[in-house]
Amino acid sequence: MFSSPLYRLNIVDRPLAKGKGEVSLSAFSFLFSELVQYCQTRVSNIGELERRLEDIGVGVGLRLLEILCFREKNSKRDIRLLDVLKFVHTSLWKYLFGRQAKDLEQSNTAEDEYMISDYDLFVNKYISVPKDMGALNCAAFVAGIVKGVLDGAGFRARVTAHFVPVKGQPKPKTTILMKFDSVVLAREHRLPSL
Amino acid sequence: MDAINAEIFTLTYGSMVRQLIADLEDVNEVNKQLDTMGYNIGIRLIDEFLAKSKTGKCIDFRDTADKIAKVGFKMFLNTSAAVANWNADSTECSLILEDNPLTDFVELPENYAGLSYCNVLCGVIRGALEMVNINVSCSFVKDVLRGDDVSELRLKLLSQMHETYPYKDDD
Repeated sequence: MFSSPLYRLNIVDRPLAKGKGEVSLSAFSFLFSELVQYCQTRVSNIGELERRLEDIGVGVGLRLLEILCFREKNSKRDIRLLDVLKFVHTSLWKYLFGRQAKDLEQSNTAEDEYMISDYDLFVNKYISVPKDMGALNCAAFVAGIVKGVLDGAGFRARVTAHFVPVKGQPKPKTTILMKFDSVVLAREHRLPSL
Repeated sequence: MDAINAEIFTLTYGSMVRQLIADLEDVNEVNKQLDTMGYNIGIRLIDEFLAKSKTGKCIDFRDTADKIAKVGFKMFLNTSAAVANWNADSTECSLILEDNPLTDFVELPENYAGLSYCNVLCGVIRGALEMVNINVSCSFVKDVLRGDDVSELRLKLLSQMHETYPYKDDD
């Protein structure tokens, strides 16, 4: 059955497309909505639902890391914590959302926690969360993508998405919280400071 | 219409299919689930299509197939399909996809050869047409992922209901 000439050429031997193609946001939103609904049928609480969305995002993130490193970094990837964070904040965000993330900050209370915050992520554009599911943030999918990228780059982390209300803004911002594994920080301390 | 990077869409779809395979463990179940998801999308998507596509009423089924291939695919997936292989009484045709964003980066392992990876599209078309009173069946007969040279969707008109006035509440 794999007799067509196309198949003799392995997928990784074919050139990587430039990636300038676009599809309508509607197409994505319809798909994402089905995805969330499907996940809902297989979980019993909101935490599990978010974890499932995250898992699906991880698969996307791992692959995006590869694509972006090939295209933008000459097949190299960052090995320092700050560089990786910057990569997520700028390169990945530009690729996903067409712009840099609004903020990248380190937590005041914990050395191993970093946060990326932004408004109006497209995954949430057509989602209104019912009252009884108050804390649900479907940007858990984006958190999963970030986790996939970090894991793939060798920076194990727990990544979660939260809504954070902001004074003077009608809409809450979405904060992606990254809590790095102790191994990652220990390694970072061993390396010479930049 | 707002657009996003096609690769994010592609990878999200791929990740979803992998999750379905892990959950359902059987390719036929996965095919069915993809079709159902597509159907759910289709019955909502038709509204957006009618609102934004600025196309008029279809004259016949040939016209319908053309609009799906040239307008529908363009609008949502930014690609277009060719309509071919009509049967004699114009009730069956094929939509041939030359470029399908869903299949970028995809390679089907041999043990999943029974997977109709893009089955969601069948569901979308079926669901969307059902909302405009056209019942069709739709399935993939050729698939690039299974080694064919093109992807071919077979579209078959089953029945067409005519709207009747006045509507009754108990209908």
